[in-house]
Amino acid sequence: MNGMIGSMLMLGDAAPAAAVALPAGPVAALAVVGLPLLACILTGLCAAFKVKSKLPAWITVVSLAAAFVAMVMVYQSVVGQGGGKAHIVHAFEWFNLSWGEGNGQRLIANFSFYIDSLTCLWMLFVTGLATLIALYASEYMSHDVGPGYCRFFAAFNLFVFSMACLVMADNLLLLYLGWEGVGLCSYLLIGYFYKKPSAVAAAKKAFIMNRIGDLGLALGIMLTFVQFGSVEFSVLFDKVRPFIELAREGRFAEIPMSVQAIALLLMVGCFGKSAQLPLYVWLPDAMEGPTPVSALIHAATMVTAGIYLVARFFPFFAVSEYALPTVAWVGTLTAVLAATIGMAQFDIKRIMAYSTVSQLGYMFAGLGVVSMEHLATMSPDQANVALAAGPYHVFTHAFFKALLFLSCGAVMHGFAGQLDLRKLSGVLWMPGWRIVGLAMLVGCINLAGVPFTAGFFSKDMILAEAFSNSHTAAIGWLLLLTAGLTAYYTFRVYFRVFLGPKHYEPGDELHAHDDHGHGDHGHGDHGQARAVAPAAKHDHATHDFHPHPPGWAVNTVLATLAIASILAAGTYFIKWVPGLIATASTAIPVAVHAGHEASGHAAAHAHGTILGMDPHAVMYYVSGVVGAIGIFIAFLLHYVGRTTAATSKADALLPYMGPIPRWAQNKWYVDELYEFLVRVPLLVMAHVFHLIDKLIIDGLVDAVGLAPRGAGWSLRPSQGGVLHGYAASMAAGLGLILLLVMLVMR
Amino acid sequence: MTDLLTIAQAAMPAPMPGITLYHYLVVSAIMFALGLIGFLTRRNLIIMFLCTELMFQAAGIALIAFSRFHLNHTGETFVIFVLTVAAAEAAMALALVVLLFRRKETLDASGWSEMQG
Repeated sequence: MNGMIGSMLMLGDAAPAAAVALPAGPVAALAVVGLPLLACILTGLCAAFKVKSKLPAWITVVSLAAAFVAMVMVYQSVVGQGGGKAHIVHAFEWFNLSWGEGNGQRLIANFSFYIDSLTCLWMLFVTGLATLIALYASEYMSHDVGPGYCRFFAAFNLFVFSMACLVMADNLLLLYLGWEGVGLCSYLLIGYFYKKPSAVAAAKKAFIMNRIGDLGLALGIMLTFVQFGSVEFSVLFDKVRPFIELAREGRFAEIPMSVQAIALLLMVGCFGKSAQLPLYVWLPDAMEGPTPVSALIHAATMVTAGIYLVARFFPFFAVSEYALPTVAWVGTLTAVLAATIGMAQFDIKRIMAYSTVSQLGYMFAGLGVVSMEHLATMSPDQANVALAAGPYHVFTHAFFKALLFLSCGAVMHGFAGQLDLRKLSGVLWMPGWRIVGLAMLVGCINLAGVPFTAGFFSKDMILAEAFSNSHTAAIGWLLLLTAGLTAYYTFRVYFRVFLGPKHYEPGDELHAHDDHGHGDHGHGDHGQARAVAPAAKHDHATHDFHPHPPGWAVNTVLATLAIASILAAGTYFIKWVPGLIATASTAIPVAVHAGHEASGHAAAHAHGTILGMDPHAVMYYVSGVVGAIGIFIAFLLHYVGRTTAATSKADALLPYMGPIPRWAQNKWYVDELYEFLVRVPLLVMAHVFHLIDKLIIDGLVDAVGLAPRGAGWSLRPSQGGVLHGYAASMAAGLGLILLLVMLVMR
Repeated sequence: MTDLLTIAQAAMPAPMPGITLYHYLVVSAIMFALGLIGFLTRRNLIIMFLCTELMFQAAGIALIAFSRFHLNHTGETFVIFVLTVAAAEAAMALALVVLLFRRKETLDASGWSEMQG
């Protein structure tokens, strides 16, 4: 494989993060991108040849597993090279336009991949989780075997390909291609059950919301090109270096506004893709898609693309005075808002969706609290840990959130689409549900931040960073509050659905179950359940309906992910992610300058404390206690003394809280607010413009059409067919001409 | 020029002394008016056609009179062509009239007013 090195393109000799050859060879890197594309084409062919077996699933699983193995090889070779270098693997020339000799008159955007430790971190969990979730989906989607199955896996593979393009791109244009590609796949997969109006509406909502964000991203890319004359990462990171020096000393006034604006524009794209305020409303609705899609795209991977972009373009965010504080505050407020909504929901998949929004907010906050001035007061090691907090949470969150979604999906699948936590109870004690219940427990303790779990460590890193900067202590307190809320709503789900008295009601989606969206598919054991559905619904009887526990594929995936989530905690102790971030080519220009010669301005930023102590030292205890309080409250309200599925002690508290729970359950009326502020004005405008079109534009066109008709109508009597009439008018015309001639001649 | 023309006209022998251009034009105008009135008042297609011929010849007389008055051959040449065309047209028109007559057994022009506007 080393023989292939010669064919690699070496770029950016002048760049400090110089591109070097990748020992694993370009084949491994190209395989990571190429295998999902190949699988996409093959599954597409399966659809064309009307394959009615699980072949598409096996193609997908094998290709993605191979892509994962290739990614591990790439990772090992990148780590083996040490850090600070970006490896550029050239696939083919894509754009090479030139319209002059001057600076900024040449656009080069190759289909090349920029591989450093940050890319590896992302691609490892993207390919790994995609493989597992494809295996899960092979069973989950089995009711749809046929065209739907092929379509699902084709879009699934296209998603992995697009995500690989996004994460591995060596220029902004290829990143944008991947960005739009994942958006398209998200749309296709949310709208998978295209006969279900709510799924179609959710797909459109997701696409439109993302388009709003993408506008910001596109403008950001254009401004980058205008400002720096290139879209290639290696060139851009080199050119932004001088500004980092200025930002470190707090001299933002000397950085041109157009450079500072780049990060603000890119940020809008990130907020759209990663579901942050004010563009987060699409993500909860995206749960209309099949659960594997929710787990992969809308929880673990695609929605972290925004965080990836912030991490990748961190130098650009660092040189923008307001970008990082904005990122931090938007993330924090989203985290709090989504957590409060999640507390009041009854649909377990929606609770998980809101927790995703909330955790994404954490990740943004984790990146946003790291300011250049703050970094300047740190040692390089501390700086690396600070920069790693957000990406580390992305990494741990990917595992436990995929696990949570897949567990919820197994429940939903087994109970005919039942997702209401008031109608399910004691699932852990039912035969065949042990693995699901335990896997869910692993996911819940991670999400709730129970000490010594991966989620606990990554959340702590973010909280500690927030508190260690005295300017962002408010963010820290809000995030700490969110941690408590998260622990509460996570265990509210667990105590109600998996523990307590055994009780279940099958979902009312026996017909329109999300697996059986196409009425013409979905036979098998559900036929019987379907026949008894009206009776089961009527008296809430459960004896006619038999939940079917998950099969081997789902159980294997859940067990693997549960073990991976537990083991992910180990990465904290070996400082794996901080190590990766430290060697990421984009973090280096920021981090290497930290520590030495702290300027007077930077020194003024005192190291923040929490309750008078060093946040890095005490955050374990503080957040551990907050998490425990949240879990304990959930335990008291939703476990102790609960005898039925539908009620709990929390209901007794509702009257004391006034309308707040109802408002939270209605998602703080944000959708209604958008309806009122955006949709209604647009609708009114649309009607006004429709009227203008109808009356004025159409009227003009009609008038043009009417003129000849009117002329014809008025001249028609003259064509009476009477020869003498013609003769008389000719004679009259002649007389008229004579008269005129006489008058003129006179 | 006017002088030259006057001299030339005076030099030409007058076939009918006392008859000037105006007399010719008056005859032409009367003939044209008769043709027009005939065309407007008569119903018989052949008579109407003859009336158009009358107007034709009235124009011809005016042209020849002008031609003689100006001592050039432009008008005469034009009239020769007009007469040729008129002869051809007369043949065509009479053939048409015969065909129309065969269709409706009448020569009344109002019998053919089929367009209702």
